[in-house]
Amino acid sequence: MNKLVLGLTTALALTLASGAQAADKYKACFMYVGSKTDGGWTQAQDVGRQMVDKELGDKVETVYVENVPEGPDAERALTRFARSGCGIIFATSFGFMDQTVAVAEKFPNVKFEHATGYKTAPNLTTYNSRFYEGRYIIGQIAGKMSKTGVAGYIASFPIPEVVMGINSFLLGARSVNPDFKLKVVWVNTWFDAGKEADAAKALIDQGVDIITQHTDSTGPMQVAEERGIHAFGQAFDQIKAGPHAQLSAITDTWGPYYVKEIKAAMDGTWKGGQQSWDGLKDGILTMAPYTNMPDDVKAMAEETEAKIKSGELHPFTGPINKQDGTVWLKDGEVSDDGTLLGMNFYVEGVDDTLPQ
Amino acid sequence: MRIELIKRPQHSVLFSALSPFIALLLTLVAGAIIFTALGKPPLAALYTYFVEPLTEVWQLHELAIKAAPLIMIAVGLSVCYRSNNWNIGAEGQFIMGGIAGSLIPILLPGFQNFLTLPLMLLFGFAGGAAMGAVPAFLKTRFNTNEILTSLMLVYVAQLFLDWLARGVFRDPAGNNFPGSIRFPPAARLGEIAPSQGSAHYGIVFAVVAAVLVWLMMRYTIKGFEIRVLGESPRAGRFAGFSSRKMVYFAFLLSGGLAGLAGICEVSGAIGQLRETISPGYGFTAIIVAFLGRLNPLGAVAAGFVLALTYLGGEGAQMALGISDKVARVFQGLLLFFVLGCDTLIRYQVRVVWRGKVKA
Repeated sequence: MNKLVLGLTTALALTLASGAQAADKYKACFMYVGSKTDGGWTQAQDVGRQMVDKELGDKVETVYVENVPEGPDAERALTRFARSGCGIIFATSFGFMDQTVAVAEKFPNVKFEHATGYKTAPNLTTYNSRFYEGRYIIGQIAGKMSKTGVAGYIASFPIPEVVMGINSFLLGARSVNPDFKLKVVWVNTWFDAGKEADAAKALIDQGVDIITQHTDSTGPMQVAEERGIHAFGQAFDQIKAGPHAQLSAITDTWGPYYVKEIKAAMDGTWKGGQQSWDGLKDGILTMAPYTNMPDDVKAMAEETEAKIKSGELHPFTGPINKQDGTVWLKDGEVSDDGTLLGMNFYVEGVDDTLPQ
Repeated sequence: MRIELIKRPQHSVLFSALSPFIALLLTLVAGAIIFTALGKPPLAALYTYFVEPLTEVWQLHELAIKAAPLIMIAVGLSVCYRSNNWNIGAEGQFIMGGIAGSLIPILLPGFQNFLTLPLMLLFGFAGGAAMGAVPAFLKTRFNTNEILTSLMLVYVAQLFLDWLARGVFRDPAGNNFPGSIRFPPAARLGEIAPSQGSAHYGIVFAVVAAVLVWLMMRYTIKGFEIRVLGESPRAGRFAGFSSRKMVYFAFLLSGGLAGLAGICEVSGAIGQLRETISPGYGFTAIIVAFLGRLNPLGAVAAGFVLALTYLGGEGAQMALGISDKVARVFQGLLLFFVLGCDTLIRYQVRVVWRGKVKA
């Protein structure tokens, strides 16, 4: 009996020792809402994580967990991460916000980063990307490329982030075609290839000849390819799903941000309570190659991209009216970030009622 | 060539009892083979999957959180299945229970006292039972197949919840994100030992429900009636039992317990009404009920086993980079082997090489 106890203790000690060895590396952990091969948002996140592996692989170990539902499961996954020795944890979906806040409070020594949220804490920083800059560019392209002058927008949830994207897209389109129209379908999911594809088909049947999306799968792109119309990739270069359909894609490039934050966390310069919101000029957002379009449209898109990068152009510059025709921004007036982050109204020309 | 299943004249009592354990063992073996095929060390993977989640107190709490709804639903289902009624819609009854119970904190946020929580639990039970009454009514009145009707009502419940969480019940301050207000403390099911982990009282209710139902099945006339009507409806009718009433009893009880599980999950683990409140507990509980031999106490043990497959899937993903789908594979394997073992205990397989035409 004693020998058995001794043997078990030794085995336990060895296990613990081997665990301690693995802990020599700094542990950076990622929680995903979707599958890391979704061809969209989560895959872009995972590419960012892989960049951390590549650049800091000798000092940092990355761990991820995918398909975590927004809710109690997210809280458990975060707790598990925090208890398993993660130094910094990235919660990569808006819907993880409350759980991240709750777990961050319980583990003040672990650093938390939450994507696209608005709640911070002394050990919780948020990070976001100015996706609307890219959406303005693809809106312009749509304005030039659409023959019917109507685009379809497959939207997830009516949160400010998504509403902002719809408005920016339409403003871009209207800057080249003042009569441009936009139809919106709410699928109420981030990732459901079937639902997204159905929405795309419904939109095409209503006469749109360009679709764009704020959801994570390649479903709409595949439909666009089949039906011979154009579409824009979302979060990830989806050219493989639509070699003839994709005009460009707003590509999320999280890697450099992750590398920067993890380095800061390791050398003690990391700060909580921050709200990072970078854009095209910082490289957190890049445009996939402009394809399947005439040279003049391509040149226009490149020019707009350069202007946004240089700060010469801000997509939300007046005059802009709200959907009901009232003035939102006067001529030359630029929206402040606060209004954008809380955006709950459409601009003029959106053919949809915002779900309230 | 054809394969025939021939009923054994009598089946081994020993193997009937051992069947779930054999199934578990086969699942482990199959799991080891799968892990090996994936290029992972099988023993380490099985350890991460089935043992590691049990090594720390906080993880045991998480296990209890997952097991509570599974057990509570499965207890009701075991009674239902014993009575030869096939309620496949526990998932929908779970959701309706969650909705009904949430009515109080969402519609009356000011009503906060010692009555709030008991009323919510009562509403939850009633909501689930009401949802369960629908297939019972259809079966007794129109002789419809309750498997189909109860299953189809799951989608009704899911979409209804979805509509509520995105529409009328949406938190006005939630930036248009679906989900109700977060429940006030008086409407939250408390944690058993907050300093150690986050398990709420749902697990206590589940075990109490299991014991009560077990006592009922074992020591009361009602339990006898359930067994008789389930095994031989004709004999039951001769004994004067009403199979119509039994359909209602089975569906109201299993629906009610599923509804209670739903409101416990909402007010305990989640804390608000969201557009989805269940990762398929109502369906997984069917496996739990069968793994537990349709015995309420067996359901307790089986509930913990199935809960472990959820947690293990997460751990294996984090530690070994195995897809989270493996959890589903394990649950499927387990049900397959349980049903397979049961079939082989009751039936003999005979391979007939030459096709014979039956006279």
